Amino acid sequence: MASYSTNEFRGGLKVLLDGDPCIILENEIVKPGKGQAFNRVKLRNLMTNRVWERTFKSGESLEAADVMDHDMEYLYTDGEFWHFMLTDGSFEQYAADAKAVGDTVKWLKEQDVYTVTLYNGAPLTVTPPNFVELEVVETDPGMKGDTAQGGSKPATLSTGAVVNVPLFITIGEVVKVDTRSGEYMNRVKNN
Amino acid sequence: MKNQPDWQPTASRAALKSRAQQSAFVRGFFAQRNVLEVETPVLGRCGVTEPNLDGISAQIDARGIKGGWLQTSPEYHMKRLLAAGSGSIYQISKVFRNGERGSRHNPEFSMLEWYRTGFDDTALMEEVADLACGWLQCPRPKTTSYRQAMITWAGIDPFAVTENDLRQRCREWLEPEQLQDLSRDGCLDLLMSFAVEPNLGTETPVFITQYPASQASLARISSVDGFDVAHRFELYIDGLELCNGYWELTNPDEQRARFEADNRLRKAAGKPEMEIDEAFLAALEEGLPECSGVALGLDRLLMLKTGTRDISDVLAFPLERA
Repeated sequence: MASYSTNEFRGGLKVLLDGDPCIILENEIVKPGKGQAFNRVKLRNLMTNRVWERTFKSGESLEAADVMDHDMEYLYTDGEFWHFMLTDGSFEQYAADAKAVGDTVKWLKEQDVYTVTLYNGAPLTVTPPNFVELEVVETDPGMKGDTAQGGSKPATLSTGAVVNVPLFITIGEVVKVDTRSGEYMNRVKNN
Repeated sequence: MKNQPDWQPTASRAALKSRAQQSAFVRGFFAQRNVLEVETPVLGRCGVTEPNLDGISAQIDARGIKGGWLQTSPEYHMKRLLAAGSGSIYQISKVFRNGERGSRHNPEFSMLEWYRTGFDDTALMEEVADLACGWLQCPRPKTTSYRQAMITWAGIDPFAVTENDLRQRCREWLEPEQLQDLSRDGCLDLLMSFAVEPNLGTETPVFITQYPASQASLARISSVDGFDVAHRFELYIDGLELCNGYWELTNPDEQRARFEADNRLRKAAGKPEMEIDEAFLAALEEGLPECSGVALGLDRLLMLKTGTRDISDVLAFPLERA
C-alpha cells in the first residue's frame, strides 16, 4: 500500500494510524523560524469516530488506508446483515453488519442509493443521502389550525424513523427529511 | 458549476487595501531613515544549506547556466551589496520555502529584510520595535531571554537539562520512537513551538534573545553567564513569530564551517546536500561591514494588523488558488 508524507497530508486523506483507518481533518504546520518543522494533525478514527490529535515531525509518513466510498443500492436485510449492491452495473453485493449500518438503519429504504465506505473491501460505514423522501405510516390526526403543541407532532416513517412534522401531515403522505439533523423539510406531492 | 475552479481571491478588498497601506508605511519608514531600497534576485543560482529550510528548485536554462533556486531569503545577495559598500539597505521581496503551508505559512510569502551598518542587535531591536509598533499601534516589546522563556513556559533550562529529561518533556507531544532520531535542538524546537510560543506576546509584544549557540545560524556568538549564546532575536506578538534578526557574522572561515556543518546535518537527515554559495563567501572575504540584519514576515504583520489568524485572509491567492 502507498504511504503519504506530512507534505501530502490534507483534509480528506485516509491513512492508517495505530492500525485503524482514519480520515485527516486538519493539518497544521508548526515551525520556529529556522528550526525543525512539525505537523499538528487532527484525524477522525473511522472505526470509533473519535477525533485524535497527533504531532508528527515533518517528513514522517503514514500508510494509506484502503478506504473507498461507493454508491450502493440497499436491497434487503436478513436480520443480521444489510445487503447492498454496487450501482456501477457490476451487481456486486456487500453485506454490512449492524455496526457499519449504525444509525443509518432508520433511513434505509429498499432501492434507494447510499454511500457505503469499504475498508479492505468490507463495509465500514453506511451514509444516507443528505435528504430522503419517506412515507408517514403513523401519526396523530392533527387538526387544522391546532397550534397548541407548537405546530408539530411526531410521525413514524416507513423506515422506522420518528421525525417532527407539521400538524397538517397525515398518514400515507410522503415527506422530505434532512438526515443530518433529522428535521422535516417539506411535504412531497404524490404523483 | 460543480467543477469550476476557485478563481476568487481569499483576501477581502479591505485586506488588499491594508497591504498596500502597509507597503507605503514601510517605504515611508525607511525613506525617513535614509535606508536604501534595493532589489535582488528572487531566482538565484544557489540555494541555502539551512538544514530545516527546503528551497524550491528552478530550471534555468540560459547562457549555459542550468538549475537554480527560488530564494528562501534575499540574505546572501543583500550581504553582497553590503560588502560592495551599499550602506544600510532594505528590501520587500517574495521568498519561497517548500512544504510550508498552514494557517501561518504559504510556500511563497512576502518578506521585509533590512540591514543596518554599524548597528548591533540591541540597536536593531529598537528599530524593529519602532516599525512594528508604529504600524500596529501596539505597546513596545519587552525582552526575555530564550533560557528564561523556556524555564517559564516549558519548565526546562535549555542549557542545563539532561538529554533524558529533555526527551521525557517532549513525550507530551511525541512517541518514543518519533523522538529517537530527533536532535537536541529538534527537541528544543518542539518545546518552543508547542509549549512556549503560544504564550509569547499575548499581553505585550516580546523579543526573545540569546538563543543557544547551536541555533545561531548567521549570528555571532558570545558568552553570557557562562553559556554560549547567539546574538539573535525574534519578535513575538500574540503568539505569532514575526521576525528573526542577527548581529551578523562577518568571519568567512566561520561561515564556511557553519555551511559545512549544515550539510552534514542535511546528509544525516537524508536530505540532499546543498552547494555552498561561493559568491557569498567571496563577498565575506572582501569584508562585510559590521552590521545587524533582520527578516520580518509581512503577511504575518498584516494578519496582526487586520486581526486574522489565517494567512489566507491576507493573501490574494494562497497556494491552493495560485
